[in-house]
Order: sequence, then C-alpha cells, then structure tokens
Amino acid sequence: MNPAVRRSLRFVPLLLLPLVPLVDHNNSHIDFLANAGAFILLALGLNIVVGFAGLLDLGYAAFFAIGSYSYAMLASQQFGIHVPFWVMLFAASGIAAIFGILLGAPTLRLRGDYLAIVTLGFGEIVPQTFLNLSQYTNGPNGINSLDSPSLFGHRFGFSATPYFYVMLGLIVIGVLLASNLQNSRLGRAWMAIREDELAARHMGINTTAAKLSAFALGASFSGLAGVAYAAKLDLVSPDQFQFNVSVLVLSMLVLGGMGNIPGVIVGSFALSFINSFLLPQSTNLVHSIGLTWIDFTDYRFMLYGVILVAMMLFRPEGLIPSRQRRAELREALTDPGISAQEQTEYQGAAR
Amino acid sequence: MSFFKLTNVRKTFGGLVAVNDLSFAIEAGSIVAMIGPNGAGKSTVFNLITGIYSPSSGAIDLEGRTLRSLSTDRVTARGIARTFQNIRLFAFMSALDNVMTGCHAQMRASLVDSLLHTPRQRAEERTVRERARELLKFVGLEGDADNYARNLSYGHQRRLEIARALATDPKLLLLDEPAAGMNPREKEGLIALIRRIRDKGVTVFLIEHDMHLVMNLSERVTVLDHGEKIAEGTPEAVRNDERVIEAYLGRADGAA
Repeated sequence: MNPAVRRSLRFVPLLLLPLVPLVDHNNSHIDFLANAGAFILLALGLNIVVGFAGLLDLGYAAFFAIGSYSYAMLASQQFGIHVPFWVMLFAASGIAAIFGILLGAPTLRLRGDYLAIVTLGFGEIVPQTFLNLSQYTNGPNGINSLDSPSLFGHRFGFSATPYFYVMLGLIVIGVLLASNLQNSRLGRAWMAIREDELAARHMGINTTAAKLSAFALGASFSGLAGVAYAAKLDLVSPDQFQFNVSVLVLSMLVLGGMGNIPGVIVGSFALSFINSFLLPQSTNLVHSIGLTWIDFTDYRFMLYGVILVAMMLFRPEGLIPSRQRRAELREALTDPGISAQEQTEYQGAAR
Repeated sequence: MSFFKLTNVRKTFGGLVAVNDLSFAIEAGSIVAMIGPNGAGKSTVFNLITGIYSPSSGAIDLEGRTLRSLSTDRVTARGIARTFQNIRLFAFMSALDNVMTGCHAQMRASLVDSLLHTPRQRAEERTVRERARELLKFVGLEGDADNYARNLSYGHQRRLEIARALATDPKLLLLDEPAAGMNPREKEGLIALIRRIRDKGVTVFLIEHDMHLVMNLSERVTVLDHGEKIAEGTPEAVRNDERVIEAYLGRADGAA
C-alpha cells in the first residue's frame, strides 16, 4: 500500500471527533475539549519553532497574547471596531507572524541557552506591555464583552459547541500545513539547521530567512489560537499569558514527542486533560464527599514536574517520538561505536 | 581571466597572521592541491573562500566576479561547494535527505509552495529526489539512501559529504582532507571518484596530507607554511623544492 495512504489511515478514528458534541451533551466536556483544542494549536505552532527548526523558545505565550489582544482590540466595544471573527483569524495570524519576525530577528545569532533566555525575556515583556498600556487595554482588568462570532447568521453565544468545531477545523488545517512544511524544502532546511548550522549554510540555505520563517509560521499558529480562545472566553487579560503558559506548551511537546505532529497532539491533549479536566473533576469529587480542604489543582505544577522528570528518566524522546528523535536520544547514548567526530580527532592525534 | 583566483589575500585573527598575502589561480577543469604542515592555514583558506571568514584584505574571484562580502549561502549559489575536514553531515538525516538538502539552492519552492504542496512543489520534490539518488549512485552509496548519515562507515560518510556537495551543482569543489581516515583501498576508490568528478566538468581544489593521493591526482600543487605560499607548481617540481622539503617533507614523521 502507498505509504501516504497508510499514514492517512491512522487518522480515520479522528473522523469520529465531530460527532462528540452530538453524543455528549455535557457542556463542560465540550468546553474542555474546545480549550484543549486551543492548546493543541499552540503546541503545533511551537513545534515548528522548537521541534522542526530546533530554536528553543521560552516565551511563546507572547504570540498567544498578541493573537488574543488583536481580537480583543479589533472586535469589541473597546475602540468600537468590529472586524468579523473569520477575518480576524487571518489578520491575527498575520499580526502574530509579523511579531514573530520582529522578536525573532534580534535572536538570530543566538543559540541554545542564550536564545532561550532572550525569548524568555520577550515572553515577559509582551504581557507586561499589555498590562501597562492601560488606556488601550484596561490594564489588569483586561478587555471583555468581545464580539461573539457568527456563521451564516447564527451567533455562537456562550455555548462551547461551535468553538469545538472551530478548534477542530483549525487543528485539521494546522496539521496539514505543519506536515506539509515538514516534508518540504523549507522543512529540510530547518532540519539541516538543527543538525549543523554551518554545514546548512554551505548547502546554500539562507539560515536567517529560514529561522525567521520558523518564528513567523510558529507565531501565526498562536495567532489563530489566540483569536479563537479569546472569542470563546469573551475576555482577555494579561494574566492569561504568563510564563507558565509558555512552559505548559513546551511541556506538551516534551511529553508528546518534539518534532512529531501526532506526538505533539497527544502530548498537548494529555496535559490539557490533566490540567483542565482530571484535576478539577477529582477535586469536585473529593469536595462532594466532604473533604473540602483538598484542592488538587494546587498541585498542578508539582504534577507537571513529576511527569517531566519521569519522562526524562524513562522516555526522553516523548510518548510518540519521530524516528529521528528516538535515534538521537537512544542510539546516541547507547551506541558503543565511536562517532565521526571522535574518529577524526583520533586520526588527527595519530598523524 | 582565470576561472578562480586569489589575489593578495590576507587574514589576521588579532595579532595572528593566519594567511599572508596569498595569491594563486586555478584553471577551469583542473585538479589542484594545497598542502602544508598542520596549522599552515589551509582550512582557513577554504573558510575565506566560502565566506565563513572575510579576508582582512585581498580579493577572491570566481569567473571574474568577486566573492567578497558574499554570505556563505550566496557563495554556494555562485557555484562553490565544500566538504569538511571533520565530517559535518546532518547526522540524523538519511543519506538521501542529506543530498536533497544540498539541492536547496537550486530549488524554487516558495513558502506558499511548501505550505500547500502545490503540484509545482511536488514535481520539484520528485525531480530532486531522483537527482539525489543519482548522486548517491555516482559516489557508490545507492544502497545507503535510507540510512542515517551517522550510521554509515567512515569512508562512506566521506563519500556522502562529496555527494551532498555535488548536489549544490558546483563549478568548484573544495575537498578538505578527503582521504583522512581511509584505508588504501578506499583511497584508490577516492582517487577514481575525484577524477570522475573532474570529468563531469567540476574543478577540484583539495587539501590533503596523503602524498600518494596528491602526487597522483593533482596537476598543480600549492604549498602553504605559516600562512604563506612557499612553493607552487607541478607535483614533481614541488616535491624537489628546497623550501618544501625543509618546511614539510623534510620532517622525520613527514609522509613522502
């Protein structure tokens, strides 16, 4: 069978996903799934930057903030501007992409730890800016009463179901675009940069342009997520975009398998499930039997920590890794054969 | 007009003069070598040519056009490819992907093509894949297309680096110690391969310590010591040059 066909067959069960709201009438479940969808989109975007191009970004929430605030400012009573939701999806992903380039450009010469620190800084600057530009953003109160999207005259309102479908649609598009990118000239260039930047330049790859396109495309995904998430929540405020969001999305990649799209989806769904479903629901459960002093959601970060440490110990390549990453993290550690580098050094010494 | 020319090239790192007033020319379609003791500045010359370093002064021209201030990727697009002294393959990419990456500069797929996999993009991918397979075959690695570069044997990694460099469609190929770490049989294969590359119309400029290979292959040899050219000429002339013997071949552990 054609490998492309076989690959697509794996996704057949996903065709059942649109049926979920028809079967499950519990709005809180659908609400959870829609929120999880936003995080899957974020993870898909961050995966382009970190997984494909190997650029560690610790401030990814900044682009989520930019996407959300774009919608809040351009589709609400705030300035009396009411750009339609569907237009804003495109516009905000463009705006986020531009900021991806602006924030990416100063980091081009940086690598590894240094890049991580600078992106961490950007991740802090952006929410702070929205906080302090209070004449435009209402500071800590944020912007509320955003325009409710409508489709064919049907307003979304406060039901989670339409947002569920919006997220699902955006994820499908996101997965297609991301996997197309991965298997293209640009995707190969990113991979080459990740492996050996100097050699990549000798292949005729303009590493500046390639890295900037990774930042821009990665950011554009969070622009989409930001608009959909803001519209669904009907509110944006600076505290939604703190450092912990950047860390959460990065943890999703680590858990699922960096660089591998199915892994990224599984990882982000799993962490969303723990974060927004398992912990609150189990807290409700113990409250209902009278143990009101227990709140599992307080232990969320401890739990992430435990999960990440356990992953690093037992499965550093993630739950569903790419073949490449598994090889990097497994063979490289266990292969007794000496590497090309060591061999050269040995020969250099022998000469 | 020479095909490729260095004119009074000088490179200093702080107070250290790595390359001093170096001039030489290479004729199109030839195989030339640069030899010299370790630390003579040979690899620095390659780095100057490919734009990793920019010369402190002097000019480097390919086909009468200057390469000065071009970034490395632009130098590659102009038609200069190289291999590295300590192999720098993309270790966790397949041999085929390594070679396809080398085709990057010839490919036209835009960002939109890459995002949407337009028919144009798919056709180009097929062409490039085919070309990469041919190049793997050319260097004798057709059986290793799907293996990770790092899992290839040392000699095969050297060949893969050459295939990847050829994928950039160079006019001038720079080989930095291509025979290092090869056994005598592999070296004979390499000599034949380099001749075949030249017969395709690619000019070859190599750095090598293996005198058997240098004397066998090259039409002209430039000898570098402490960043300066101390001799240039046919292998025969260089072999008998007083200064070369003194600087290089005369050493007790020198190969001759």
